[in-house]
Amino acid sequence: MKSHVLSQLRSLEAESIHIMREVVAEMERPCLLFSGGKDSIVMLHLAVKAFAPARVPFPIMHVDTGLNFQTVLDCRDRWVERTGVQLVVASVQEGIDRGLVQEEPNGSRNRIQTPVLLEAVEKHGFDALFGGGRRDEEKARAKERVFSFRDDFGQWDPKNQRPEIWSLYNGRVHQGESIRVFPLSNWTELDIWAYLEAEEIDLPDLYLAKEREVVERGGMLFEVNGFTPLKEGETAEVRSTRYRTVGDANLTACVESAATTLHGVVEEVAAVRLTERGATRGDDKVSEAAMEDRKKEGYF
Amino acid sequence: MTTTLPEDTGTSETLNEVVSGDLLRFATAGSVDDGKSTLIGRLLFDSKSIFADQLESVEQVSKDRGNDYADLSLLTDGLRAEREQGITIDVAYRYFATPKRKFIIADTPGHTQYTRNMVTGASTADVALILVDARKGVVEQSRRHTFLATLLGVPHVVVCVNKMDLVDYDEQVFEQIRAEFTEFASRLRVPDLTFIPVSALVGDNVVTRSEKMPWFDGSPLLSHLERLHVASDRNLVDVRFPVQYVIRPQQTDARDYRGYAGTVASGVMKPGDRVLALPAGLETTIESIDTADGPVAEAYPPMSVTVRLADEIDISRGDMICRPNNAPTVTQDVDAQICWMDESASLVQGKKYAIKHTTRWARAMVKTISYRVDVNTLHRDEEATEIKLNEIARIKMRVTKPLFVDSYQANRQTGAFILVDEATNKTVAAGMIGGPAHQY
Ligand SMILES: Nc1nc2c(ncn2[C@@H]2O[C@H](COP(=O)(O)OP(=O)(O)O)[C@@H](O)[C@H]2O)c(=O)[nH]1
Ligand SMILES: [Mg+2]
Repeated sequence: MKSHVLSQLRSLEAESIHIMREVVAEMERPCLLFSGGKDSIVMLHLAVKAFAPARVPFPIMHVDTGLNFQTVLDCRDRWVERTGVQLVVASVQEGIDRGLVQEEPNGSRNRIQTPVLLEAVEKHGFDALFGGGRRDEEKARAKERVFSFRDDFGQWDPKNQRPEIWSLYNGRVHQGESIRVFPLSNWTELDIWAYLEAEEIDLPDLYLAKEREVVERGGMLFEVNGFTPLKEGETAEVRSTRYRTVGDANLTACVESAATTLHGVVEEVAAVRLTERGATRGDDKVSEAAMEDRKKEGYF
Repeated sequence: MTTTLPEDTGTSETLNEVVSGDLLRFATAGSVDDGKSTLIGRLLFDSKSIFADQLESVEQVSKDRGNDYADLSLLTDGLRAEREQGITIDVAYRYFATPKRKFIIADTPGHTQYTRNMVTGASTADVALILVDARKGVVEQSRRHTFLATLLGVPHVVVCVNKMDLVDYDEQVFEQIRAEFTEFASRLRVPDLTFIPVSALVGDNVVTRSEKMPWFDGSPLLSHLERLHVASDRNLVDVRFPVQYVIRPQQTDARDYRGYAGTVASGVMKPGDRVLALPAGLETTIESIDTADGPVAEAYPPMSVTVRLADEIDISRGDMICRPNNAPTVTQDVDAQICWMDESASLVQGKKYAIKHTTRWARAMVKTISYRVDVNTLHRDEEATEIKLNEIARIKMRVTKPLFVDSYQANRQTGAFILVDEATNKTVAAGMIGGPAHQY
């Protein structure tokens, strides 16, 4: 007799597909925010599965900080080529040049991407944006809805969220308002890696370990390259490392690792003791409530 | 600080199981300070689902506040206002996995003013975990939480009698609470009720069996949750497939394709099955059940699939596929219990709302407020004329389009709906169709 029990990965996959189909059925102009990182790649893979054999019925948008790893851009272009999905690029550099935003003293373009994103959303009239956020990433995200309402300034109000009961999502908005949709809400980092392995998904190679020339700063390992050159008095060394998350190339650190295959990564992730943001994102360390503040402004 | 990280054991042998086990969703409920957040922190901590940097930040904040123990509740109380006031004000979702299964926890607050949050957390839960403070015993809130769990059709209720360390691990205290709880629960329909004496703070009977309570012969909480049989709670009998989206590629390589995408709400579907499409009322046969990985031999909940039919029938989003001899009720009159969730306006007779039931939207008018239920005493007030935030009521509505419904008790998917305010677009009510699930 068959048990008719879906494994947890297939349950998560089914839930995400359900969410994406709801959005396409109910919203006017959805768009998938594609950073080129593993979570947005999983989202795009799920979108392809949700609408097969038809093409993904919405564009993807890359908010280009100008601080990209080349292999991430190459991988993005392979996905566009393979799936035929429409790509929209919103450039932070162009936003700086036009005076829309100003470069921050610490060199992070994480915060200033928000106005660039919001402007592009308005220009294209997107009323639903898929984001790859997961509730296991951070405390403020743990309370985020799957369909997360944003007012016409793109702001999130954590005290005034729509109740979300069963899987009866409510995407109704007025002109100018929008929703952010998080189809990966219930996935954990381990689920993502296990799924990437199970589905043999095409990823930028920086997620796999190889010998990299690195320098240690504040307990984090940075690869020595054009974005993060060696400073006076520092010495570089060669270590086997990989990336757990991909942000600005000038601020994202790598971790020591021997995992040269996805299976190896899954095994390492199952054994780690640091959240991916705590480990490798210099920009989130600022304060206990950093993420909550950024989300309220309209960041993901 | 008395907390140390658990020993690191090799995980790779069990890894395949970690990601291939099934999924169990549970919701926690209890009064303020009964120890919900601490219990969840303890489950995450003892199952090694807490990361070192999260623990470090919890220890630092605890130290700053002059606490003796690392306050594990800080792990779940995420929003700034909550940390400042030391209370939980919204539903927070937490995740952990053991080699047996993955768990999704909806941590919901206890106060009466957060009934809607508990309803939200319980709506998809397989298990409700209700906390009782051993020193206080069964209180008004325990009754409310149990009532809400049964109202939302949660099939398993686990009562954790917490803070046993503060009552000298006394068996009599536990037994008395069990007896009193069982007595009032008998008036509600609780399919499966279990009691476990625990200390969330110290860790007794949470993950490991407590040596201080040798008189308790049941399982610790985690092993109980790992072994709970939830597959049989799913409705595999009544085929219900609400059509979510029609896939019709506008591409040369798949021009003739027409598939109905959706999530199986209940029942098991197979190619070759005779089916009935509603509201068309036409019969046909399932030609194929497609996924991006190819066709499948059967589809069951909660699979997301695409169904192709043998005959060309006009079917669109909001329609329902079922079996000819087993169809839901087609109706424009809905009799339901609702939980009102809007703080700015109340539900009154004659008012119109948007209604979403499965994948179908319509408009609904409130015809009658039959009664309001006092969530604490379960008393029915038949004189009620308006239903306010966090109140539960029985109402009758007329809907502009036929809905394809089952009673909520028989089917948590096709028995559920939400109401949306047409002016503000806010979700204002959760509704459960059908007669009362309880004899109160
Ligand atoms: N002695 C003792 N104290 C506990 C226990 N569980 C929780 N507490 C304490 O009770 C207080 C409230 O706990 P918390 O988890 O925040 O309760 P919540 O409001 O239900 O989330 C905190 O000071 C906890 O340390 C227990 O098993 N024994
Ligand atoms: Mg709490």
